[in-house]
Amino acid sequence: MLQVAREKEQFLSAYEALQRNVLPPEPAWLRETRQRALTRFEDLHFPTTRDEDWKYTSVAPIVETPFQPILDGAPDLPEADAARLTRVRALAPDARGWTQLVIVDGRVAPNLSSLPVRRDGLVVAGLSEAVQTQEAAVESHLARYARYETNAFTAINTALIRDGAVVYVPDGYIVEEPIHVVFIATSREAPTVVHPRTLVITGTGSQAVVIETYVSAQDAHVFSNAVTELVLGDGSVLSHYRLMLEGPSAYHVATTQVHQACDSAYTSYSIAMGARLARNDLNVLLDGEGADCTLNGLYVATGTQHVDHHTSIDHAVPHGTSRQLYKGVLDGRGRAVFNGMIRVRPGAQKSDAHQINRNLLLSEQAIVDTKPQLEILADDVRCTHGAAIGQLDDDMLFYARSRGMGEQTARGLLTYGFAAELIERIAIQTLRERLAQLLMSALRTGWEAKVRP
Amino acid sequence: MLEIRNLHVRVDRQEILKGVDLSVKPGEVHAVMGPNGSGKSTLAQVLAGHPAYTVTEGKVLFEGRNLLEMPPEARAREGVFLAFQYPVEIPGVANAYFLKAGLNEIRAHRGLPELDAIEFLQLLRERMRFVEMDQAMANRPVNEGFSGGEKKRNEILQMAILEPRLAILDETDSGLDIDALRVVANGINTMRHPERAMLLVTHYQRVLNYVTPDYVHVLLGGRIALSGGKGLALELEAKGYDWVKDEGPVPVAAEGGS
Ligand SMILES: Nc1ncnc2c1ncn2[C@@H]1O[C@H](COP(=O)(O)OP(=O)(O)O)[C@@H](O)[C@H]1O
Ligand SMILES: [Mg+2]
Repeated sequence: MLQVAREKEQFLSAYEALQRNVLPPEPAWLRETRQRALTRFEDLHFPTTRDEDWKYTSVAPIVETPFQPILDGAPDLPEADAARLTRVRALAPDARGWTQLVIVDGRVAPNLSSLPVRRDGLVVAGLSEAVQTQEAAVESHLARYARYETNAFTAINTALIRDGAVVYVPDGYIVEEPIHVVFIATSREAPTVVHPRTLVITGTGSQAVVIETYVSAQDAHVFSNAVTELVLGDGSVLSHYRLMLEGPSAYHVATTQVHQACDSAYTSYSIAMGARLARNDLNVLLDGEGADCTLNGLYVATGTQHVDHHTSIDHAVPHGTSRQLYKGVLDGRGRAVFNGMIRVRPGAQKSDAHQINRNLLLSEQAIVDTKPQLEILADDVRCTHGAAIGQLDDDMLFYARSRGMGEQTARGLLTYGFAAELIERIAIQTLRERLAQLLMSALRTGWEAKVRP
Repeated sequence: MLEIRNLHVRVDRQEILKGVDLSVKPGEVHAVMGPNGSGKSTLAQVLAGHPAYTVTEGKVLFEGRNLLEMPPEARAREGVFLAFQYPVEIPGVANAYFLKAGLNEIRAHRGLPELDAIEFLQLLRERMRFVEMDQAMANRPVNEGFSGGEKKRNEILQMAILEPRLAILDETDSGLDIDALRVVANGINTMRHPERAMLLVTHYQRVLNYVTPDYVHVLLGGRIALSGGKGLALELEAKGYDWVKDEGPVPVAAEGGS
């Protein structure tokens, strides 16, 4: 118990400091939300491998590190990280018309962002600014979906909300160009913790593309504890890219909570190629009839990286459709976990759920634990799932080598081929090409990635 | 150019080839015939370096060098090409990219500069016209969803681009309609060259109506049981393979190295 108290101490004192010295006066609803989350946090404990949902992922390295909260204000980007930012920008080399919202060490960096956007009711703004200007949507939606009652990481993120991104798309509005939210963690002397927060609300019949990118400096010893809430109104369409490209010393724990109303369509592209330890929870509630979600995931773990994905689809009402394809590439001593929960509630008839997880092991030391979990409480449903773990195919390797390719080239090519199914689903061409390159450099095959000759 | 001596090969502890002797000189076309299961593909795969086959005895010299100790990519770079009986599908990898990656490594080995994207596309377009292949197939994943005939054309396309010194075509003619057969045969005839040798592995003589071999060999009982000129193919077509057994081993057609 004492041990537990010590683990939480640093977060509790961060709360004190934030309240005392940093936060501007804020609306009562937000103050109360914080306090509720903090109270829950005090009662909760950080998960251990004895918790079923955390069986294969130990967060001990996180809870045992004395992370410093970042309380200073001006988010100057140190020289060393400017290069990193250039690389982030390279994610979208011809991002003409994209709205960029850049958050450095937990604070919006206005000089790096094209903000605020307010046109025809569309809002793209920093969270602290949106709270101050009292965007009504923020009050009605913030912290209403991601459950801080049961998850210590979400609870402390909520208690320590400081800044982040807010996107509000009004009814019927179609945002043509992507909105790119970039969270950057810089390198500091002591280990630091940030609590990124994103809220996206799409009004009835609206459409948007939102990209969240998480990066950190090469040597940044940072813990990113991110929470994203996506709220889709009736018939709205949201494409959501989540690019987790943190540096090799980073820890990343994230919850993405999606709430879908009638006939809404949500497509997720979750790419995880970074961090020493990453845990991504993606929870989708199909709460209106005819809602449709497609979850695409690609993760890479090499060296001693550990990456854990938990998805949960809750078919709460009839006529919901869910499609999931997650693929993983593991090399070295990389370790991956995939856990996909599909829940169909009583009465959610005609639910249609499909889930696939495929893993490619490039080394004998790499490990994957994959587990589908089905909880089907309605009778008229279609539900399929599959999981596979395999190696590169010997016949394919021989075929490639018989055409003159060296073994490294052949392995790189086939690995790319395995991941291509997902990469090619990415509709934004610049992003697709960049991710193909990142994948190849993540695998360090020396094979220069090009999708097409 | 190619010298096979007393080659014994096992798969799964079963001996498939039991002392094959064969000698091929530059410019020659040899047909290797034999019933299903006689080991024709085993011979072809061993020459290309498939790791599943174990050579227990004998040797293979290519241009005077020990072929058996080279990895498959080294054989390809030295100029050995195998058109697979069952071309392999590679999901997610564009046909054109696959070919370019192979060609450029072969060129690098030969001290030639890499082809850039534009030069390669030009070459590819031209050779695709030559095998009458739809240009759109360049961007489709390697062999995935190709019909049987398209796969065989794709093998000929690869041969035309890689320009090997020794081409081994394993049943490239089988299962083809008459149009595809004409294209494949035309590909083979056009590639015939005084500096290039070909090994046509087939169990039908049909393709030999279009391509005239210099020698015909029968692989039976794990050995070359009979060798002859182009007329032997017709004889096999008329009489089947059973009578060959009674003839006993016959000296191979060409003797001596190249
Ligand atoms: N990779 C393999 N694994 C196991 N058995 C094989 C393999 N390849 C060939 N064989 C066996 O070797 C024999 C010869 O096959 P193959 O070389 O394909 O003959 P052909 O091409 O003349 O039809 C057959 O009995 C076949 O079952
Ligand atoms: Mg065969």
